[in-house]
Amino acid sequence: MTPIESDSQDIAVSVKDLTMAYREKPVLWDIDMEVPRGVLMAIVGPNGAGKTTLIKAILGLLKPAAGKVEIFGKPFESQRYYVGYVPQCGSVDWDFPTNALDVVTMGRYGHLGWFKRPSKMDRDLALDALDRVGMADFADRQISQLSGGQQQRVFLARALVQDAMIYFMDEPFVGVDAVTEKTIVGILKTLRDQGKTVIVVHHDLQTLSEYFDWAFLMNVRQIALGPVSEVITQENLKAAYGGRSAIF
Amino acid sequence: MIDQLFVLAIACVVAIACALPGVFLVLRQVALMSDAISHAILLGIVIVFFIVKDLHSPFLIVGAALTGILTVVLTELVIQSGRLKKDAAIGLIFPFFFSIGVILITQFAGSVHLDSDAVLLGEIAFAPFNRFLIMGLDLGPISLWVMGAVLVLNVTFITLFYKELKLSTFDSALAASMGFSPVVLHYALMSLVSITAVGAFDAVGSILVVALMITPPATAYLLTRQLKRMLLLSALIGILSAVMGFFFAVAIDASIAGAMATVTGVFFLLAFCFSPDQGVLQKYLRLKAQRVSFSATMLLVQLLDHEGTDTEREENTVSNMIDHMGWTEPFVKQVVRHGLHQKAIIRKGDGLFLTDLGRELARSAMTHT
Amino acid sequence: MLSFDYTLIVVLFGTLILGLVSGCLGAFALLRRQSLLGDAISHAALPGICIVFMLTYSKHPLLLLLGAAVAGWIGTITVMAVVRHTSVKEDAALGIILSVFFGMGLVFLTIIQRMPTAQQSGLSTYLFGSASTLLLNDVITMAVLGAITLGILLLFWKEFKLLTFDRDYAQSLGFPISRLDILITTLIVFSIVIGLQSVGVVLMSAMIIAPAASARQWTDKLSVMVCLSGVFGAVSGVIGALLSGAISKLPTGPTIVVVISIIVIVSLLFAPLRGIVWGAMRQRRYRDNIRFQTMLTNLMLFSESDTDPFYPHDIAALTAIGRGPARKAMADLKEKGLVVNPEADMWALTAAGLKEARCILADKIGGASHD
Repeated sequence: MTPIESDSQDIAVSVKDLTMAYREKPVLWDIDMEVPRGVLMAIVGPNGAGKTTLIKAILGLLKPAAGKVEIFGKPFESQRYYVGYVPQCGSVDWDFPTNALDVVTMGRYGHLGWFKRPSKMDRDLALDALDRVGMADFADRQISQLSGGQQQRVFLARALVQDAMIYFMDEPFVGVDAVTEKTIVGILKTLRDQGKTVIVVHHDLQTLSEYFDWAFLMNVRQIALGPVSEVITQENLKAAYGGRSAIF
Repeated sequence: MIDQLFVLAIACVVAIACALPGVFLVLRQVALMSDAISHAILLGIVIVFFIVKDLHSPFLIVGAALTGILTVVLTELVIQSGRLKKDAAIGLIFPFFFSIGVILITQFAGSVHLDSDAVLLGEIAFAPFNRFLIMGLDLGPISLWVMGAVLVLNVTFITLFYKELKLSTFDSALAASMGFSPVVLHYALMSLVSITAVGAFDAVGSILVVALMITPPATAYLLTRQLKRMLLLSALIGILSAVMGFFFAVAIDASIAGAMATVTGVFFLLAFCFSPDQGVLQKYLRLKAQRVSFSATMLLVQLLDHEGTDTEREENTVSNMIDHMGWTEPFVKQVVRHGLHQKAIIRKGDGLFLTDLGRELARSAMTHT
Repeated sequence: MLSFDYTLIVVLFGTLILGLVSGCLGAFALLRRQSLLGDAISHAALPGICIVFMLTYSKHPLLLLLGAAVAGWIGTITVMAVVRHTSVKEDAALGIILSVFFGMGLVFLTIIQRMPTAQQSGLSTYLFGSASTLLLNDVITMAVLGAITLGILLLFWKEFKLLTFDRDYAQSLGFPISRLDILITTLIVFSIVIGLQSVGVVLMSAMIIAPAASARQWTDKLSVMVCLSGVFGAVSGVIGALLSGAISKLPTGPTIVVVISIIVIVSLLFAPLRGIVWGAMRQRRYRDNIRFQTMLTNLMLFSESDTDPFYPHDIAALTAIGRGPARKAMADLKEKGLVVNPEADMWALTAAGLKEARCILADKIGGASHD
C-alpha cells in the first residue's frame, strides 16, 4: 500500500453535503461527516434512517442528488482500492454454485483487474483470511450449507483479503450466533488496532459502547458524530428516535 | 362479407375473453403462466383428439384444461422442491409438453386438420367455415359459440368471485386468514386460463392468446389503478386491437392473428410513452422538475446555514455551489433560477441571499424531514 | 435408414455447436434468473430474420443471424426499459415482448410468403426448426459466432462470475456492472440466435433453460456446471438431430427438446447431490429412525413401571402411544434384533434393545440440557 500524504492523514472518510432523494422525499439530507483514521465507528439510527443508503452512497453504489465523498482527501473513484465492503448477507443468492474459498477469493478481484485469473498466492491469502475468521475448515463447503453466522464470516474474510485501509460493513450482526458476533467484534478491534478505519451499520444500541469507540447517529439528517459516550445522550437519542426510543 | 363480420365478431369475443382473466394474471405476477399453459394444452388436445377423433368434441376442452392444470401443478412442485427457481421451473415444463404434442401430430395425425403451424399461428380467417349445425340448421360458426360460452364463463366467474379475487390478489395473507384459500383461487384462475386458451387457440393460435391475455391488461395497468376500470379498459383495448388488427391485416394481406398482436403492442407502446401518470415522458418531465425543486430547497437550507456567519460572503455564492454541491454549472443556474422565480432568494452578482419567504421555506424543510 | 454421409455430419456439427453454446450461456442465464428472457429473445428474433430477408432478399446465414440478434437485443432492452420505468413487472413485460414481436414476425412472414420470389420458402422453418436444412455455410457461421461467444465468456469469466453472484460487491470493487450486464446479455442473445435455424423460435428457450437446470443438480461448482451444461446441450442436440434424421417427418426442434427434457427429469430426480429421490429417501430414513427410537423408548418406559424391562406389551397400546403404524416399525426392529414378540401381537425389548433405548434416552436428556 502506498503511503498517504500527510495533511490528509487524519481524516479517512470525509462526506460533504451529501443529499439523496427518492422522488421528492429526502432519504439523506445534507450529511457532513468526517471520520478520523483508526476508529471503529457505528452508524446508528432508527429503521428507515438511511444508514444503508449512506454507506452505499459513500461507496458510489447509489448516485446522490448532491454532495462529495473523499477518501484520504481524494475523490472516492481514485481511492477505491483503499476501501473494503461487506454487504448485507441477504443481498446475494446463497444457492450459487460455489464454495467458501471461492467467495473469499473474489475479494482479490479488484487487485487483479481485468482478465487476470486468481493465482496460488491469491488463494493462499484467501485461506489465511478464512483462518482469521475461524472458517479454515469450511473452505471447500458449498455456501448454501453454511449457517447465517458462517456466511457472514465468509463475507468478512472476503473483505479482509481486499487488504483495505477502510472497511464498510452493513449490519454484520444480523442473523448470526453469539460466537460469530464475538469473533467479528474481535476482528474489527484488531483491524482498528492496526490503524485501519472500520465503519459499521449497526442497530443495537445496547452493545454500542461495548463494541465501538465512535458513533454516527442519524435519522435522514445527521444528529451527532463523535466518541460513543458523547454521541449517546438522552437529547441526541430523542432527536433520532423521537418518542420511540425505549432504551432509557 | 358476412364471413368477415363473423371473423371480426369471433376476434372481439376472443379479445374480451382473454383480457378478463389476463388482468388477474398481470396483477398476480404470473403473466407467463399464460405462455406456459397456452403451449402445454396442445398435448392434452392431441391426446384427447386421438381418442375421440373429433376436433370439435367438448372433451378436447376438458383434456386441454387438465393439461393446463397439470402444468401448473408440476411447475409448483418443482419450485417447492427447492431445486430450481421459479422462472426456470416455468420455462422447463411447457416446452416438453408442447414438443410431445407437436411430435404426436407430425407422426400420427396424418391428414387431419391438426397441424403444428395452425396450432401456433391459428387461422381465424378459416374460423367461419366450421359451422355449428343442429339437425341441418346452420347456427353460425362453431368458434363463435365456443368462445361465447368461454366469455360467459369468465364473466360469471369474475363477477361471482370478484371480492375474493380482488382480496387474494392484493393481500393473499389476509384473504387466507378470512378463509378464502389462495391456492383454490389460484387453481380456479389457472383453469379459467386453460379453458380460455383452448377455446381461443383454434381461432388465433397459442401465441396470440398470450398477446391478448397480457398486453391489454398491462396497458390498462399503465392507465388506471382501479380494478374495475382496469377490467373494462383491458376489454376495450382488446376489442380495439382485434378490430384494428383485422383491418390492418386485410389491408396488407397478412396474418390476422399476427396483426392483432402487433396492434396490442402499439397500444402498449403508446401507454408506455404517454400515459398521464405512468408514461415515460411524463415521468421524465416530473423527475426533472422534482430534482430542480428539491435541489432549490437544498440551496435554501444551505444559504440559511451560513447566513450571518463570517464565511457567508464566500459560502453563499453561485461559484461555491458549483464547487460544494457537486452540481454542474448549468444545473446550479437552473436551480438558482427556480429559487428566484419562487421569490425565495435574491441574487447580487455572485452572491445569493435569502428572502423572508426563503428563510421560512428552508426552516419548514428542515423540520419536516 | 441412417448413414453417416457428408450432409448428416454437417447437421450433427451444427446441432452440437448450438447445444454447446446455448448450454454454456444458459448456465449464466439460469443463475442470473434470466431463464425466461430466453423465451422473449427467441420469439423476438423472428421479425429480425424476416426484415433482413425483406431488405436483402438474401438467406445468407450471417445476415439472418445478425438480424435475429439485433431484434432479440431490442426485445431485451425493451423488457428492461419497461421493468425499470413503469410498474409493469418483469413477467408481464416478457409476455408482451414475446407475443407482440412474434405477432410482428408472423405479419412479415405472411407478407414474405406472398412475395414473388422463389427464395422465400425456407423461412418458416425458423418456427419449429429443421436441422436437415443446415448447410455447410450455416454451420461455419454458427461455429464462428459460437467460438466468439464462448471466447468472450472465457475472457470475462471472473467478472461474469462476480457480477452474477454479488452485483453490489462487484460495483464496489470498481467493475462497470451495467456494461458487463449488457455484454453478458448480448452473449446470451447470440447463443440463442445460433440455434434458431435448427430448433426454432418457439422452443429455443428450452435450450437455454434445460441444460443449465440439469447441470445445476450435479455439481456445486460454477465451472463444472457450465461445462456440464454445454455437454448436456450438445448431447441432446446431436441425439435429437440423429432421431429426426432417422424418422421421417420428425421435427428437429421438438425432438431435441424432448431429449433434453428427459435429461432434466433424470437430473432432478436422481442427481447424486440434489436428486429429489435421494432427498425423499433421506427424509424417510430420518423419519423411520425417529419412529424406531420412539418405539424402543416407549417399550422401556412402559416396562420400568413393571420393574421387568423385558415385559411384553400389546401392539394396540404401542400403536396408541407411538403415533403412526407400530406393526411395521416393530417388524423392522425385530430384524435388527432389538425386540422380540413371544406371542402374537405382544412385543418386548431384547437386551440389545434395552441398551439402545437407554442410550437414546440419555442422548435426548443430554441434548435437552444444552438448550
